[in-house]
Amino acid sequence: MIGLPHLLTLSAVLFAIAVCGIFINRRSVILLLMCVELLLLAVNFNFVAFAWYLGDLAGQVFVFFILTVAAAEAAIGLAILVVLFRNRISVNVDEFRLLKG
Amino acid sequence: MQLLVDWFPFILFSGWSGMLIASALGVILARNPVHSVLFLVLCFVISAAIWLLLHAEFLAVALVLVYVGAVMVLLLFVVMMLDIKAERMREGLVRYAPFGVLVGLLLAAQLASVWWLRDSGMELLAQPQTPYFSEGNTRALGELLYTEHLYAFEIAGYILLLAIVGAITLTLRRRGGLRVQQVSEQVAVRPEDRVRLVKMKAERPE
Repeated sequence: MIGLPHLLTLSAVLFAIAVCGIFINRRSVILLLMCVELLLLAVNFNFVAFAWYLGDLAGQVFVFFILTVAAAEAAIGLAILVVLFRNRISVNVDEFRLLKG
Repeated sequence: MQLLVDWFPFILFSGWSGMLIASALGVILARNPVHSVLFLVLCFVISAAIWLLLHAEFLAVALVLVYVGAVMVLLLFVVMMLDIKAERMREGLVRYAPFGVLVGLLLAAQLASVWWLRDSGMELLAQPQTPYFSEGNTRALGELLYTEHLYAFEIAGYILLLAIVGAITLTLRRRGGLRVQQVSEQVAVRPEDRVRLVKMKAERPE
C-alpha cells in the first residue's frame, strides 16, 4: 500500500535531483528555470501527500496557490530571459556581469 | 486476486515514481535543452497521474492543463526561439558534478531521514481515510477556495495580472521610425490645433 514515507521519499529524491541540476547546469539560465520548476513540483508533492494523509484539503489549496505563483514566476523569468538574450545574444550566466563594479 | 486489487495502486505508484525520477534525471542531464523541456513535460504528466492516486483530481487536471498546456509550451517556445549552443552550456558539467551530487545526496538523506526516525508519534504506514471528501474533489476544493480562502484567491488573481503586465512591459520592443497611430494624441486634439479661421474681406467674383 502507498504510505506517507513513500511519497516523502519520492519528493525528497525529486528535490535533491533538482538541486543537483542547479549545481550541474549553473551556466544556463533556461536550465536553472527548469530546475526551479522541478523544485516547486517536489514541494507540491509534499503538500498533496500531507493533504491526502491528514485528510485536510488546505494542503491542496496551498498547491493551487503555489501553481499560480509558479506560473507567474515562469512568465516573468522567461520575459527577462528573452530581454537578456536580445541584449547579449547568450543565455550564459557567466556573461551577465553588468553589475560588476 | 484480492491481493492484486489491494496492491494495484502501489504497483502503479512504484512504476510511475521510477519513471518520474528517470525523467527528472533526464531534465538535468539531457544535452539538448529542448529534450530537457520535453522531459520536464513528462515529469509533470507523471506527477499528475500520481496525484490522481492521492485523490487530488482537480490539481492533477490543472497541472496538465495549466502547466503542461501553458507554462511548458511557453518554455518550449522560448527554448526553440533562442539559439542556444548546447555544447557551450555543458562546459562546467564535469567540474561541478561531484559537488552537485554531494549536495543532492546530503539533501536527500536529510529529507528522507524524516521517516526513518520513527519516534515522531505518527503512524506513518497507517492508511488515511479515503476519500476525505464526500462529493468530489473539485467541488470540495471550490467550496474551500471561494469561502475560506477568498482573499488569497483574489490576491492570486492580482499576482497573475501583475505577471501579465510585467511580462508584456519587459518584452515590448519600441522601434524608432515606425509610423504608428497615436491614439492619445488623436483624442486630445482640440479644434484650434487643426482648423485656423482666417478673417478676410468678402470678394465679389468677376
